Amino acid sequence: MIAPNNTPSQPERVTLDANDAVASVAYRLNDAFAIYPITPSTPMAEIVDQWTSRNRLNLWGQVPQVMEMQSEGGAAGALHGLLQAGALASSFTSSQGLLLMIPNLYKIAGELTPFCLHVAARSLATHALSIFGDHSDVMACRQTGFALLSAGSPQEAQDFACIAQAATLKSRVPFMHFFDGFRTSHEINAVTPLSDEVLRAMIDESAVLAHRRRALTPDQPVLRGTAQNPDVFFQARESANPYYDRTAGIVQAAMDQFAELTGRAYRIFEYEGYPEAERVLVVMGSGGETVAETVAWLREKGEKVGVLRVRLFRPFSVEHFLAALPATVRSISVLDRCKEPGAAGEPLYQDVVSALWEGHQNENRTQPVVVGGRYGLGSKEFTPAMVKAVFDELKHEQPKNHFTVGIVDDVTHHSLPWDSELDIESPEVNRALFYGLGSDGTVGANKNTVKIIGEETDNFAQGYFVYDSKKSGAMTISHLRFSPRPIRAPYLIRTADFVACHHFPFLQRFEILESAARGATFLLNAPGEPESIWKRLPREVQEAIVEKNLRFYAIDAYKVAREAGMGGRTNIIMQTCFFALSGVLPKETALEKIKDSIEKTYGSKGRKVVEKNLVAVDSTLAALREVNVPREAFNGTPRPPAIAEDAPDFLQRVTAVMMANKGDLLPVSAFPVDGTWPTGTSKWERRNLATHIPVWDPDLCIQCNKCVMACPHATIRAKFFDKEELTGAPQTFKSTKFRSRDFPDHLYSLQVAPEDCTGCELCVHVCPAKDKAEPGRKAINMEPQPELVAQERENYDFFLELPAPDRTQVPGDVKHSQFLEPLFEYSGACAGCGETPYVKLLTQLFGDRSLIANATGCSSIYGGNLPTTPYTVDRDGRGPAWSNSLFEDNAEFGLGLRLAVDQRAAEVRLLLPDYASKLGDDLVRDLLDADQGTETGIAAQRERVAGAREKLKALPDGEAGKERILHLLDYLVKKNVWILGGDGWAYDIGYGGLDHVMSTGRDVNILVLDTEVYSNTGGQCSKSTPMGAAAKFFVKGKPLPKKDLGLIAMTYGSVYVARIAMGAKDSQTLQALKEAESYPGPSLIIAYSHCIAHGYSMFQGMDQQKLAVQSGAWPIFRYDPRLGDHGKHPLQLDCRPPSIPLSEYTANELRFRAAKGDPERAEKMGRLAQDHVRSHFRLYEQLAASSFGIVPEGNGHDQK
Amino acid sequence: MNLETNYLGLKLAHPILPGASPLVDNMDKVRRLEDAGAPALVMHSLFEEQIELELTARHYHQDRHEESFGEATSYFPDDDEFTLGPDEYLERIRRIREAVSVPVIGSLNGIRLGGWVDYAGLIERAGASALELNMYFLPTDASESAADTERRMLEIVKAVKGAIKIPLAVKLSPFFSSLPHFTQELEVIGVDGIVLFNRFYQPDIDIENLEATPHLELSHPAELRLRLRWLAILFGQTKATLIASGGVHRTQDVIKAVMAGAGGVQVVSSLLKFGPEHLQTLIKGLSSWMEQREYESLKPIQGSMSLRHAPNPEALERANYLRMLQVWRT
Repeated sequence: MIAPNNTPSQPERVTLDANDAVASVAYRLNDAFAIYPITPSTPMAEIVDQWTSRNRLNLWGQVPQVMEMQSEGGAAGALHGLLQAGALASSFTSSQGLLLMIPNLYKIAGELTPFCLHVAARSLATHALSIFGDHSDVMACRQTGFALLSAGSPQEAQDFACIAQAATLKSRVPFMHFFDGFRTSHEINAVTPLSDEVLRAMIDESAVLAHRRRALTPDQPVLRGTAQNPDVFFQARESANPYYDRTAGIVQAAMDQFAELTGRAYRIFEYEGYPEAERVLVVMGSGGETVAETVAWLREKGEKVGVLRVRLFRPFSVEHFLAALPATVRSISVLDRCKEPGAAGEPLYQDVVSALWEGHQNENRTQPVVVGGRYGLGSKEFTPAMVKAVFDELKHEQPKNHFTVGIVDDVTHHSLPWDSELDIESPEVNRALFYGLGSDGTVGANKNTVKIIGEETDNFAQGYFVYDSKKSGAMTISHLRFSPRPIRAPYLIRTADFVACHHFPFLQRFEILESAARGATFLLNAPGEPESIWKRLPREVQEAIVEKNLRFYAIDAYKVAREAGMGGRTNIIMQTCFFALSGVLPKETALEKIKDSIEKTYGSKGRKVVEKNLVAVDSTLAALREVNVPREAFNGTPRPPAIAEDAPDFLQRVTAVMMANKGDLLPVSAFPVDGTWPTGTSKWERRNLATHIPVWDPDLCIQCNKCVMACPHATIRAKFFDKEELTGAPQTFKSTKFRSRDFPDHLYSLQVAPEDCTGCELCVHVCPAKDKAEPGRKAINMEPQPELVAQERENYDFFLELPAPDRTQVPGDVKHSQFLEPLFEYSGACAGCGETPYVKLLTQLFGDRSLIANATGCSSIYGGNLPTTPYTVDRDGRGPAWSNSLFEDNAEFGLGLRLAVDQRAAEVRLLLPDYASKLGDDLVRDLLDADQGTETGIAAQRERVAGAREKLKALPDGEAGKERILHLLDYLVKKNVWILGGDGWAYDIGYGGLDHVMSTGRDVNILVLDTEVYSNTGGQCSKSTPMGAAAKFFVKGKPLPKKDLGLIAMTYGSVYVARIAMGAKDSQTLQALKEAESYPGPSLIIAYSHCIAHGYSMFQGMDQQKLAVQSGAWPIFRYDPRLGDHGKHPLQLDCRPPSIPLSEYTANELRFRAAKGDPERAEKMGRLAQDHVRSHFRLYEQLAASSFGIVPEGNGHDQK
Repeated sequence: MNLETNYLGLKLAHPILPGASPLVDNMDKVRRLEDAGAPALVMHSLFEEQIELELTARHYHQDRHEESFGEATSYFPDDDEFTLGPDEYLERIRRIREAVSVPVIGSLNGIRLGGWVDYAGLIERAGASALELNMYFLPTDASESAADTERRMLEIVKAVKGAIKIPLAVKLSPFFSSLPHFTQELEVIGVDGIVLFNRFYQPDIDIENLEATPHLELSHPAELRLRLRWLAILFGQTKATLIASGGVHRTQDVIKAVMAGAGGVQVVSSLLKFGPEHLQTLIKGLSSWMEQREYESLKPIQGSMSLRHAPNPEALERANYLRMLQVWRT
């Protein structure tokens, strides 16, 4: 990070990403920030917040204020207020967040307010959500009156942050400074930092003062925000024109001034290429770097080509544009990184066409041919080969218009073909690829490598990191380039001189060596002796090594790490191997630098950590071996197919390709046109993540099924079954007599899914059954997976074929609830996740009748992130229908689902009596009056519906209304709507909607998976964050208590409310879910969900839940308005008064440790938190004991 | 009345100190202890395990989730914001030093040589005037002899002593084959005081859940007798300050400990029970007892009932045991 202020000597060059670089400038040039987390701009907000907590100063000697808001909409409102009251304010956002700001953007622009918003540009959610980069979001703002300034690299992003701020102050036109999400925001590259002096020179103090003087103040009162009528609105709107007319000139002047100060010259339209070019590409953002690099390569080959990079897109200066474009140009291709369906062309294309037409209409010149094309949506790769394809297309007399490049469009045939083998990178660029496991620290080590080489040698370095869609067992791919010259290659490495696989099992699943260049070095981390590695390699890997003549090295980094006391952290070891083998630096120098960086990185974490890492470095080289490659001995087992051969066709054709990391190859025709995907696909992706899996001891087991309930991934399951079912069981399949009065003579089996288990150990931890003679041993114990996988795979397959229990016969207690089939399985959630056990339980109880509306966040990512998804179906093909709308609107979205289902149900109820003569009066009456309060009732109604369907089908075709009622019949079976999301949604961004939905009285069930922090974006504070806990945006610990959402909901008197914690009382959790579902109005359940953002081992999650309840931090209760009908108090506290000090709970979690650096504050906060917990519990006790009023009418009881 | 005492080379106004306890975790109680007349404050122990485990735990809980998911490259604010046990401990010493004018004595607890020893120096730099090294050791390995154990302990003491310039006290358990010999060995290394004794943490057993459960009870005055005997035996055999710890609840307990040879007396349980102000009661009690008996200073009292000076030294040795058994039999 660049030091944000008063650094006496700035380093000449640092390596950082655009987020870091932009935050450094924005911090120094502003008074205040109103922020909200959203990928990929979140790090900028985190950085400025971190710096305020360290009292760093801005250019004017102040510590800026940073305020986290409840949404980007809220942030925009706060920004508008800040600006109106004379502050220099800023923010950072992306995608939907930017859309939420739009209303205020119009206001801020309409009032000619100097302001610079920094945007890491990202796709908008359409047929699917994408966290990745394109220009959809910023293009949706081009009409707001904001100036749009586009940067294409981390260096430019830093420089433009400064230029934009200087220009907005001078022009009074607000600026949106944007750069490509992930590709630029997260790419680490060389940046020459900006000193305070340069910033000071760029900022016109008189313009700052003028802005301050326009502030709303009662000392010189003015009025803004009037309502204007037809007589004047139009003219007033036009009055700002001169400001826009001047802006392009002001920006260019600022760029010129910047060039004088720094030597880095920019143009608002910047041409690069052959001076008399015939073919030119017009492009914005990081794609411009790729085009420029390709143009240079093509020119060497004698082609007359060039690139016009658009820096200032709005206000669009026709004059500057035409001036920058070579007069010789004969054909132009305009590349847009967005899609505007139905438009005459994408936005930049349209502007270019207009500009050319306007500019040339009075001149007697031949208009060049202009075509537009789309590229790079959702961070799709944009490579020199694609650029060449576009230039090649321009050679045609009539080049294809409205083309796409980078995909194969075999439906509408818009795409251009490109040569995927083309590689234009200079041989002096050293390219390295690293395949790491998420938790092994590969990315961190590679960032460190980039820093070492980029900052401490004469070389330039670039790092870009590709992450997995899964949160557990995720693969990371690090793309590193090193070169004596600056690196302009914002695309992934295609062929690498060095390929490292840090996790041996990846070789079984992915074509790791596909990108290895001939003669490249291949480094493999594999358990066991390196000497025996060859025969353990998949045959395809052996072949690739020989065919490409690779130098092959192996190390057992796990062993080295273990011996150095570093657990599973192999990062330093593999980094050492890279330096030893790659030759990027002399070996001795490299080792020295690694050791220095260990001291710097881990110094604050204590000597012990430093020492362990140093020991690891020293032992690495001794453990690293070059493997003797036999020329012809291809004795490895062939790699298994990505997906089982009996998987459905769509999965074979599409999902399997994505699973093998080859989704880029799929053509347009492979995809559903409307974002609709099949459910039940996670079962086909057996990821073999666990090193150890639970093994059942039937003799010790008491068959409580607590392990099954706690399992976050539905990978340990129980069944009871008739003895005869055992026929054909594999030899090692285990079962024992079922302890049940209801089902005598049945057998019980507990089985693990060996290839889906994540090895989190929650199950073992909650198991209450101990060996009496050896209490350390339980009824389930962890044992090494590799030795068990073959037999347990067979056992699990057999287990799955055993019959599911008859739902109408299963008693309703915790134990028996766990025999119900989970319809949520093998998700990509973190190992030990605290949310998913609730989601799984929900699907066990009601999943066959559920529609689920899921707010964006962790639960939508593990619930709906491709390639495979966890919601599945039962044997009858029923299961949850799931959808994610947005982050902010989920309650409303769920309500919409409810209204639609109700309307369908009302329709069929309206029609049914007309069919009484054909279906029979009794059947119609029973269908309409059915009691569906129990599983038996549901089953009976399904039977009636089936009977009615048969009778209706028998009616002659063409019978009026037959098809309509046939379609509607299933709506006669009760359906439930679940609205799921985290606390960021329920307490903050979606709270207004959630509140409204609760007020409607309609029958929806809201499940808040409360981790007390924004988990998905990395642990930012929400209004659920408890007092004393540190979270991003409250780094010193939150000084105020959390919002009590349950208490607020109770004030309606008509909402069923429950607070639950499975680890504290699973029976209460079960009861609450059932009561909520049965309650005919809105229900709100707030579920304590332990999370990796709490900072302890997740296998202890359920223990912490218990402590949270025992300490009073998380009182569990149920508030059931129906009890009022029976003269009982609706509120029932399901826990005893606090029996342990709060500290007994909080001391175990890292999040409560942040404030300790200031003991007095920590002490005070601890005391206040303890007092709050006590008094809050007393409040609950009083509420539960107090008399209660009449439940208001319209509470939903009468809603159908 | 002169109650002054030499405590590890520090001149203290009187010998009654609040011993290592959680009282120092609360700044209000720290101030109240000073107001009640505490001549120095002993910090609670920073454990070797705490230092090593917490540092690595942070590494484990925080770092392993970083950089593995595109939307969240980390889950916590920057490292520097997290002050874990060891750093918090040092910070607390600093704060207490700022808040009070009496010396603060740090306390380290460890039994294996390792990185934690560095904390001795860090405690010194944080402002501690002396350090107490608590050697809470449970021999569980049958292959390690008593001599090996003692050798190891001495190595640790040597390492700690070498890391600091401030005085060092060593807190021992009573379970030594020859405590006087071991004490002498400590003195050779340069230890300035011996604290007798640490109170063993004795886990209980939960017979329902088949678990060992942590258990710690406040001391009882009866526990003082073990201390008295060994103070009396060691007095005069070492130049190190002898310090009583465990079972000192009342004024007479203080007096007995000093008579047996203690240069300082640490009080914990009674302060936890009655509050920091109880310290004042003890000081006043000592003062008025001495006044009534016309003692002008502690000097003639200290060690007056030690093995060397007691009129009936056999009562402190085996003879007493023999006699008591005979009495009991009759």
